[in-house]
Amino acid sequence: MKTPRSISIAAATCMTLLSFSTSAQEASKARTDPNTPIEALSNADTFRVERDRSPIPRDYVQQPPLVPHSIRDYRITQNFNKCMDCHSWSKYQAAGATKVSITHFKDREGTELGNISPRRYFCTACHVPQTETRPLVENTFKRAEGLRR
Amino acid sequence: MKVFASLRSKLQAIGYLTAAGLFAAGIVFWGGFNWALELTNTEKFCITCHEMQRNVFVEYQTTSHYSNRTGVRATCPDCHVPKDWEHKIVRKIKASNEILHKVLGTVDTREKFNERRVRLAKSEWARMKETDSRECRNCHNYTYMDYAEQGRRASAQHTKGFAENKTCIDCHKGVAHVLPPIEQDIGAPKIEQARAQ
Repeated sequence: MKTPRSISIAAATCMTLLSFSTSAQEASKARTDPNTPIEALSNADTFRVERDRSPIPRDYVQQPPLVPHSIRDYRITQNFNKCMDCHSWSKYQAAGATKVSITHFKDREGTELGNISPRRYFCTACHVPQTETRPLVENTFKRAEGLRR
Repeated sequence: MKVFASLRSKLQAIGYLTAAGLFAAGIVFWGGFNWALELTNTEKFCITCHEMQRNVFVEYQTTSHYSNRTGVRATCPDCHVPKDWEHKIVRKIKASNEILHKVLGTVDTREKFNERRVRLAKSEWARMKETDSRECRNCHNYTYMDYAEQGRRASAQHTKGFAENKTCIDCHKGVAHVLPPIEQDIGAPKIEQARAQ
């Protein structure tokens, strides 16, 4: 009677995976063990983007500020940049938003431009919203000294 | 005399029966007409045209009117066909224009559609502005908006907007389909001028 080898190997793998229980302690122990299979390390909870809130303080001086509101369905394409509908210099006051920094008006040689530089056009390459979730790993991160309260 | 009397009553009976029959037939016809009309008022019907299915429907699938937390949706007719009867019939008659252009193949490729997109969008925006966004207000009644539930930006912008007598479409363009190239004084030069506000 042939016992398909692939099935028995798969069964063995499944048993091994199941033996890694889902408690957080075991998961963080597993993080330090290089033999842990990748599936056991995934500890991401179902996350939810934060609700609209006031501007979030930076953690280091050159950090692109975080987006304190939901950006669901906001498209940035060659034809249209949704962020600039509120954050451009001509619209930010009416919208009650922060205007884009003057650093966004320089090209890569440092020449001052009259409009947003193409290298800064795609906002979400650097600016991200936050989610309501615990840190993935326990840590003792401290802000840059100049920004500490 | 007797024969004549019974003939008259027979005719009367036939008359009444015919009237009743016509009335019943009228009900059946009206019901059937309405049923057929409502069949053309479904998302499924709209996307039988590939121009719709491959362009605007695909774009709409990424938005919150298609899929959201609560599963409350707005499909094609909810926004593009008025719900009350007289406006609905007028719109259905105007839809003969769409049949004409389907036959002519005015937007049957992606390139042709993108060329006409600004014009199509502008006509829809004009329609919504004229009717004070009647189709939006089929579901979104701003009298009952709970500003405590809305986020900071939403409650600020809504109170300001309604005070300025704005209508939904003034700010919420592009909520369901991709915006045509809008002149924002930024980014790539636009083919045709369209201002969002």
